[in-house]
Amino acid sequence: MSSATTTATAPSPEPRALTDYGRPLWRRLLISREATIIAALIVVSIVASAVVPYFGSTTTVDFLLLDTAPILMIALPMTFVIVTGEIDLSVASTLGLSSVTLGLLTQAHVPMILSILVCLVVGLVAGAVNGFLVTVVGLPSIAVTIGTIALYRGIAVGLLGTTTITTFPSSWEGLAQNQFGTSGIPYVMVPIVVLILVFGAVLHFTSFGRGLFALGLSKDTAAFSGINVNRSKFIAFLLTGVVSALAGVFWTLRYATARGDNGTGLELSVIAAVLLGGVSIFGGKGALPGVIAGVLLIGVLQSALQLAGVSSDAITVVTGIVLVLSVVTPQVITRVRARRPRAA
Amino acid sequence: MLFHSRKTQGRIVAVAAATIALALVATGCSSSSGSSGGSGGGSKNYKVTFLPKSLGNNYFEASDGGGGKTAVNKFGGTYEEVGPTTATASAQVSYINTLTQQHVGAIVLSANDPNALCSSLNQAKSAGVKVVTFDSDTKASCRNVFVNQASTEGIAETQADNIAKEIGSAGDIAILSSTANATNQNAWNAAMTKYMAKKYPKIKIVTTVYGNDDDQTSYDDTAALVQKYPNLKGIVSPTTVGIAAAARYLSTSQYKGKVQLTGLGTPNQMRAYVKNGTVQSFALWNPSDLGYLAAYTAKALIDGTITGKTGDSYTAGKLGKYKVGADGTVILGKPTTFDKTNIDKFNF
Repeated sequence: MSSATTTATAPSPEPRALTDYGRPLWRRLLISREATIIAALIVVSIVASAVVPYFGSTTTVDFLLLDTAPILMIALPMTFVIVTGEIDLSVASTLGLSSVTLGLLTQAHVPMILSILVCLVVGLVAGAVNGFLVTVVGLPSIAVTIGTIALYRGIAVGLLGTTTITTFPSSWEGLAQNQFGTSGIPYVMVPIVVLILVFGAVLHFTSFGRGLFALGLSKDTAAFSGINVNRSKFIAFLLTGVVSALAGVFWTLRYATARGDNGTGLELSVIAAVLLGGVSIFGGKGALPGVIAGVLLIGVLQSALQLAGVSSDAITVVTGIVLVLSVVTPQVITRVRARRPRAA
Repeated sequence: MLFHSRKTQGRIVAVAAATIALALVATGCSSSSGSSGGSGGGSKNYKVTFLPKSLGNNYFEASDGGGGKTAVNKFGGTYEEVGPTTATASAQVSYINTLTQQHVGAIVLSANDPNALCSSLNQAKSAGVKVVTFDSDTKASCRNVFVNQASTEGIAETQADNIAKEIGSAGDIAILSSTANATNQNAWNAAMTKYMAKKYPKIKIVTTVYGNDDDQTSYDDTAALVQKYPNLKGIVSPTTVGIAAAARYLSTSQYKGKVQLTGLGTPNQMRAYVKNGTVQSFALWNPSDLGYLAAYTAKALIDGTITGKTGDSYTAGKLGKYKVGADGTVILGKPTTFDKTNIDKFNF
């Protein structure tokens, strides 16, 4: 992937993927899936700022970032999991469980830092259970996590019952709710940017990250190349667990409410954003910049449509169409390409 | 050729982006031309937006689209209803934020959580937006006025009296509620339990189950209740979704007429079950009056006639004079009990 020089002739029998790399790097970046999503994000943002009243403001940025923060967080480890060809549907339930845990510990006057650490441990355990069932027991991740959706949610709702806990230290609530002055940048973006950098570095610049892609392309090949298949997958599930728990802490403080049903349905938004960002649901393909752009694109779209006074049913439909198109389009292109005669 | 197909992919995504952009242009234009009429009408910002727990609910269609809209039109404001498709607090927050940015005059909302909306409602208030809650309240500090359909005690006592009369003041009963976190439901259930212990000591509430305001879940819950508690004499369902589903189950089962059902329902939903003997009586306030009163409360706040202080008073169109009570609460009135003798007089 290092060659950036143009080859003068592209011999036709050569595999297509290889000839692809023959084009200049700038051109490859320009037409990549990630680039098109980022371009779409920029275009939609500019158009929305121009035509939707009140959209082009720092307030919008603030609200939008706060609304998408939990999705943005969970999308990072979710990308790891999906890239390996697996899926984790239990993230929203883990978020709820973490929220309830934080509520109960705060109610018991446990110091906030300690409570948050316990929440992260809860997330780790939740992730470890998923990881154990997928790697050691060898069950398909979709079946395992459909089960743990109900399991973790059930524990969360069971622990708190009909009550909600709403008393958190206001300084901590402020950390999750406020922004730097009137910049529109919420405080919470600082840890999120750190997370993005760490996850990005691990996925794209370490052998562990490359191993995840290899796993998604072919488990056997990856195993024969010396990648510890089970360990890699297990770590990916641990990461979704712990980050979902972190998102649960943020959620609880942002809404100042610990409830068993916090974040219900969020897993679908996360997965949709990851797929929109160009990650293949079959594994092996994708990049974090695209995922981040995907999350923001959905956020911008929904926020702009809401401000434009579009009804929520129509917003759901529009978001749905964009997502379906984003998943279907690459498939259609592959089919069309495959059918076309090779002669130039 | 390769180059060509890659270009196609880029082009398709570009076309998609352009479509989205166009859609935004179209909707942006239409909405800005629509809203300018309302805010430019007079010196007061009579743009009143209703935010229900979720859209597509008959109850809110009657309160928002029925009473609320009528009232807003009557005093010359701009009526709008926005809301999430699922009844969650986080979804409501993003709508509150949007309305704050749009500088509406007042938000009239039924809260999905007493606390989770507070931060965004306080932002709305400090931006000059008046906040009226109705049907389901937030913490008192997060809104200006709560328009209560009836006092908690009023509803609890009406339901308790109805079921007591139907089962002869003795026996096991169960509660079929909506969601475990619904503020109003929990308050009614607690008040009813307390009132019954005192007034009807021979009635025992064996369990409370949650149908989540989902028709199928409530239906299944009812079936499970009558099987699990063979001695059950009655069910109280303080939710319009729950009571209708329970009535549907009972009307076709062997328990019809043996297990009594009461609670809160609308006459249109329940008419058939009252006539076929499944249900003797049930109660409700008039949701359309509730929306109407909430809209006029919003107007009084915008006008500055009231601020939400105890003792403030104002006139709510055809409903007459109202006074703000403790905690900034206005009470619509006592619920009405519907039975065979009066149900045909109502249509909502």
